Amino acid sequence: MKRRDFIRKTVSLGALSGAAMAFGKYGNILASEAKHYALPYDIVAIRGGEPDAMFDKAIASIGGMKQFVKPNQTVVVKPNIGWDTSPERAANTNPKLVGRIVEHCKMAGAKTVYVFDHSCNEGTRCYKNSGIEDAAKKAGATVVSGMSEGYYHTVEVKNGKSLKHAKVHELILESDVFINVPILKTHGGTRLTLGMKNLMGVVWDRGYWHKNDLHQCIADFAAFKKPALNIVDAYRVMKRNGPRGVSVADVVDMKYQIIGTDIVAADTAATKVFGLEPSQVRHIALAEALGVGTSDLESLKINRITV
Amino acid sequence: MKQKHLRIFRLFISLIFLVAFTVIFIDFREIIPTAWVHLIHDLQFIPSIINFVAIMSVSALGFLIVLILTLLFGRVYCSTLCPMGILQDVFTFISRKLSVKTHFKYSRPLNFIRYGFLVLSLVSLVFGSLLTLYLLDPYSNFGRIFSNLVRPVVISLNNLMAGLFMKMNLFFLYKVDFKGFELREALFPVVMLAVILWLSLTRGRLFCNTVCPVGTLLGILSRLSLFRIKIDKFSCTRCGKCSVVCKSSCINVKTMEVDFSRCVGCFNCLTVCAENSIHYKLNLSAKKARSDEPSKREFLSKSMVFFLAMAGLNSRQRIRKGMGGRSISIEEKRPVSPPGSLSLKHFNDYCTACHLCVTTCPSQVLQPSFLEYGFTSMLQPHMDFNTGFCEYECTKCSEVCPTGAILPLTIEDKKLTQIGKVHFVIEDCIVYTDETACGSCSEHCPTQAVRMVPYKPGLTIPEIHPSTCIGCGACEHVCPARPRKAIFVDGSPVHRVAKEPEFKELDYSDTEEFPF
Repeated sequence: MKRRDFIRKTVSLGALSGAAMAFGKYGNILASEAKHYALPYDIVAIRGGEPDAMFDKAIASIGGMKQFVKPNQTVVVKPNIGWDTSPERAANTNPKLVGRIVEHCKMAGAKTVYVFDHSCNEGTRCYKNSGIEDAAKKAGATVVSGMSEGYYHTVEVKNGKSLKHAKVHELILESDVFINVPILKTHGGTRLTLGMKNLMGVVWDRGYWHKNDLHQCIADFAAFKKPALNIVDAYRVMKRNGPRGVSVADVVDMKYQIIGTDIVAADTAATKVFGLEPSQVRHIALAEALGVGTSDLESLKINRITV
Repeated sequence: MKQKHLRIFRLFISLIFLVAFTVIFIDFREIIPTAWVHLIHDLQFIPSIINFVAIMSVSALGFLIVLILTLLFGRVYCSTLCPMGILQDVFTFISRKLSVKTHFKYSRPLNFIRYGFLVLSLVSLVFGSLLTLYLLDPYSNFGRIFSNLVRPVVISLNNLMAGLFMKMNLFFLYKVDFKGFELREALFPVVMLAVILWLSLTRGRLFCNTVCPVGTLLGILSRLSLFRIKIDKFSCTRCGKCSVVCKSSCINVKTMEVDFSRCVGCFNCLTVCAENSIHYKLNLSAKKARSDEPSKREFLSKSMVFFLAMAGLNSRQRIRKGMGGRSISIEEKRPVSPPGSLSLKHFNDYCTACHLCVTTCPSQVLQPSFLEYGFTSMLQPHMDFNTGFCEYECTKCSEVCPTGAILPLTIEDKKLTQIGKVHFVIEDCIVYTDETACGSCSEHCPTQAVRMVPYKPGLTIPEIHPSTCIGCGACEHVCPARPRKAIFVDGSPVHRVAKEPEFKELDYSDTEEFPF
């Protein structure tokens, strides 16, 4: 083969395989529909204790973590680890809660429990100073980085209105069980950040969302990837200046926790806990319209526990 | 210590320093504690002098140690402490291992060029620019090569390995994105690397003896050194073995003289002499002036130039003042220097563009500049809000800076240091143009100098409070508006103290009932 031919062939082959790989091995992954779990309650709302103990009670009331995690499965727990702030600032999910969730997954027989977030501040600092890396590792989790584009793969968001494609972290695409652990707090743009908003931390290209009707993108992605379980941490709640906050003066202790498989319902309940109406958080209605879940709490079986 | 062991000793020390320098300039995971970083670079001649001028403190007297070392032992600095010198030895070593025969031979000193470069650096100092000096400074060149060229290679390898280990469910390595590589900024280090490589393979330490101002300056001092290499004229057979291994080309076999001003103290010659005729020993005899070696008088005149230039470093303040009062329109986007650098002027006056802060910066917001600061401050790092933003809880760059261009800053002070001020152009904002929610800028703002206020039903829009803005650039970095970002930071030529953000007490009363 002449050198010129060789170069021409390698280049064209490369271009072809490049085109084939544009969507990578994840190109055809369909949105994994959340399974229908036979649970005694749709939503568990608990208040008054410490975050870890609250979770113990709440999860027990719907049959324990074994409802969601089967032996030898891989689990990804996705807290909010967006900011380089201490746990008292309540910008990140409560580390004690994350640790306890990991322990429950392990007890249910999970092979590996991954914890990660695509942080807004520099990732290693967020992991460390939020206390989550430490708590998760102690509980037996594998803490994985989310700060390089190399971990994210382009997928097609079927039926997305504004969001057609997204680069999603490979752990979300590969793990058997996805557990979403947002923290309830204010957000300058979307009013509140809740379960669905927390899913922005599993994608790389968030700027696209902000640019193309943020609320619609949030709803589109929630329709694409529904977590098996949503645990909304409302123990310490940032009441203003969110989602990063300026100081501890932005935070009040509300000592709530909301657990549910329906992400729309969980977000609705958390919105009410915060003191707002679901209509004030536009993506709740948009997600409901896409059939992600229901915001009609009246129609759901709710277990209310006060510790 | 036997004479022949001197080389081993030199190799040992130099390898430690080479590894240390390599590590600090590619450390993309913040592994090396900053205290160690100082241990490693405090003995670097040019940064230490500049740092001394900047802070006038005994902690920056590393350059005096180097001067004393040189007066005692000759230019051992060039072979043991200077990373660029050691790097050249590594190139020569590798080429030997690849059986490329490198024979050196004596050459006359290129006095015109070497003193020319030295005088040029010093004269430009007097005229208020560090540019010539830092473009030639070996430490800064080493830093630029490793930070701009070697670090991305290491990061790619790391990412490759991280991917492989991830398949095995091992996560001790993690992928890192190398941001902000721009060819025009990498061009200078590329050229410098090519020059160094070529010179070291063909002419040994010619760079150190013609281009490097530190080499030339220490060469002047080393004429007075106590310990020197000498050839015993009675036992020498003029076999020339010493000259062949002399990478400084400073052993003249014909006259059996060593031009000690160019000797870098590698001690290779001591190990090859079959007759044991070449020695490194105490030399107290008065030195006879030779025709091809500059006299003491010349030395004195040259050191005068040096000290004049040092005075120049100090006096630049006065020289530049005329340009200070220029009025700049507020819409202009001026460059931003890192917190701790006090002002653009201080930063530009003391930075040698070694790019240690570029390597160290965890968010990679510090990037080499091209012409952002102007030609005379080329390659000095600037805050590039396209690649990142300044982490609120971080003072890394100020901790590692070897020259005092970025002075140490407590985290409390950093959080109130206003390196720039926010500007908002509503016409470019997504909320205004698309009437959809965003809030990206305010979300990232650590002081809420950018906050979201009610705009239209269900929509909030940014409102800026520049007095509490510290210029971290988070808002600009994340603003999704294109082609123009709607929010940006205009650099403060002189850093100021931002107002502390104040908010009223929250009133929150717990209720006993579930709200649903």
